[in-house]
Amino acid sequence: MSLKGRAHKYGADVNTDVIIPARYLNVHEPDELAKHCMEDIDPDFVNRVRPGDIIVAETNFGCGSSREHAPLAIKAIGISAIVARSFARIFFRNAINIGLPLFECPEAVDGTESGDLLEVELVSGKIRNLTKRKSFTARPYPDFMLELVEAGGLIEHTRKKLAEKGT
Amino acid sequence: MNLAEKILSAHTDRKQVAPGEFINARVDLILANDITAPLAIKEFHRLGVPKIFDPKKVVFVPDHFVPSKDIASAEQVKIMRSFAREQGAIYFEVGQMGIEHVLLPEQGLALPGQVIIGADSHTCTYGAVGAFATGMGSTDIAAAMATGEIWMRVPPTIKFVYHGALPKWVGGKDLILFTIGKIGVDGALYAAMEFAGEAVNALPMDGRFTMANMAIEAGAKTGIFAVDGKTTAYLQQRARQPYKVYYADKDAQYSQVIEYDVSQLEPQVAFPPLPSNTRPVSQAKDIKIDQVVIGSCTNGRLTDLRIAAEVLKGKLVHPEVRCIVIPGSQQVYLQALKEGLIETFIRAGAAVSTPTCGPCLGGHMGILAAGERCISTTNRNFVGRMGSVKSEVYLASPAVGAASAILGRIASPEEVL
Ligand code: SF4
Repeated sequence: MSLKGRAHKYGADVNTDVIIPARYLNVHEPDELAKHCMEDIDPDFVNRVRPGDIIVAETNFGCGSSREHAPLAIKAIGISAIVARSFARIFFRNAINIGLPLFECPEAVDGTESGDLLEVELVSGKIRNLTKRKSFTARPYPDFMLELVEAGGLIEHTRKKLAEKGT
Repeated sequence: MNLAEKILSAHTDRKQVAPGEFINARVDLILANDITAPLAIKEFHRLGVPKIFDPKKVVFVPDHFVPSKDIASAEQVKIMRSFAREQGAIYFEVGQMGIEHVLLPEQGLALPGQVIIGADSHTCTYGAVGAFATGMGSTDIAAAMATGEIWMRVPPTIKFVYHGALPKWVGGKDLILFTIGKIGVDGALYAAMEFAGEAVNALPMDGRFTMANMAIEAGAKTGIFAVDGKTTAYLQQRARQPYKVYYADKDAQYSQVIEYDVSQLEPQVAFPPLPSNTRPVSQAKDIKIDQVVIGSCTNGRLTDLRIAAEVLKGKLVHPEVRCIVIPGSQQVYLQALKEGLIETFIRAGAAVSTPTCGPCLGGHMGILAAGERCISTTNRNFVGRMGSVKSEVYLASPAVGAASAILGRIASPEEVL
């Protein structure tokens, strides 16, 4: 599966409070959350973003709280993947668990500006910057995570496991 | 194996685990709150499993927006409350609740040697009692509620050793802020932090909770302490069940050992917008403040309130400052009342609230307007964390918070005593 969209680039330590501020956490419907996605770091993001677009960021993307509302908001607004130099631990789990693909690839971060058209292949981790005609390869997923990603997330993966166990 | 590895391996069918390995760990305790539980419950229902794996091991705590601040948050708590009742899970109602990470150890639910997961990033707090405790998201919690297991990658462990005796007014908050200042907000990314050395051995349990609590602020999976006499004394009247204590092997491996001499450490202040932006308080004195918050899962325990009261006793909060004190649990509140601490706060002109997360995450009970500045004993000072994106949060200990409340600017306790 390949994902394609324009890049929105951010710096280091983009935290979950700016991705979805706590004042909006009195609901948990993804579409409601999406209305305020990135509001405290980039208020115009919700107007610019198009389905399929890709977030590109420096180190430690998604640091801070465990709120799954953060990747949910990003996914619900139509972002198809995030490419970063590194991700915060809980954000990484949450995104993989809900089926939002993440890619660690410092070279692609260096080689991309906001507005560039990117294409990303899920399994191989190939990232192509179609605007700059450059390609990169993200760090591959460990087998177990690939299983999760391919199942479509943790719930689907767990359902399968439970079915195999016959419970 | 080191302490974290010992605990993890005991929760798998393996004799040995090593950093980087993926494991399925059996969990002893699962936690969710009024923000994360509704989402976890929704995902749980998608699994098609009628019952949670063990109602005695699942705890729900409404603490972030309670007593409910608006209709939408009341609806969230309602979802959690009904699910807890229907499943027979452990639930703490308003009037019995506290901030989850103050409450669970105090109630003897978080115990040494356990694997604890919570849909809250500060679940790492329970490392203070020698548990392997880590925060995750709602979907993780949903899967664990159904299966009693969780996937995990065994983290490398960084050991931090603190040498020397801590000066007066310097405590767990200063040690952890100092450490994060040194290693950065991703300095322990994916790793476990193990805390040791005579300075932390001398800390009361409350100071250890503060340190373990902020391990996540360095990106860590958990922050852990070895069990000692203080831990067992703390748990003696509390533990709801027997527990097993693990110790690191003599030949335990660490990815890194970092040592600090803290005998000359000053109280620390983290400047916005990151907990790693730390400076000694002596370099933070011309900063005028509008609000002080003393509370949270980091510093809302009895020791914290005692320190704040010691500084505020017989003094007045600066006329241009709002000082908000929030005991971390009903037990803490009641004890503070008995000791006269609450009276000290009220006489000083501080507002005292029932336990809640409230302003810590910009929820309610002390939101900042544009241009306002707050010094807070909480754990995050991100942009907009406590309100307007144009407000600022400085992090410090209860001692520094209380002194700042009196002088109306960031101050060290020595300036008022
Ligand atoms: S007090 Fe603050 S950091 Fe602690 S659980 Fe509540 S919101 Fe989170």
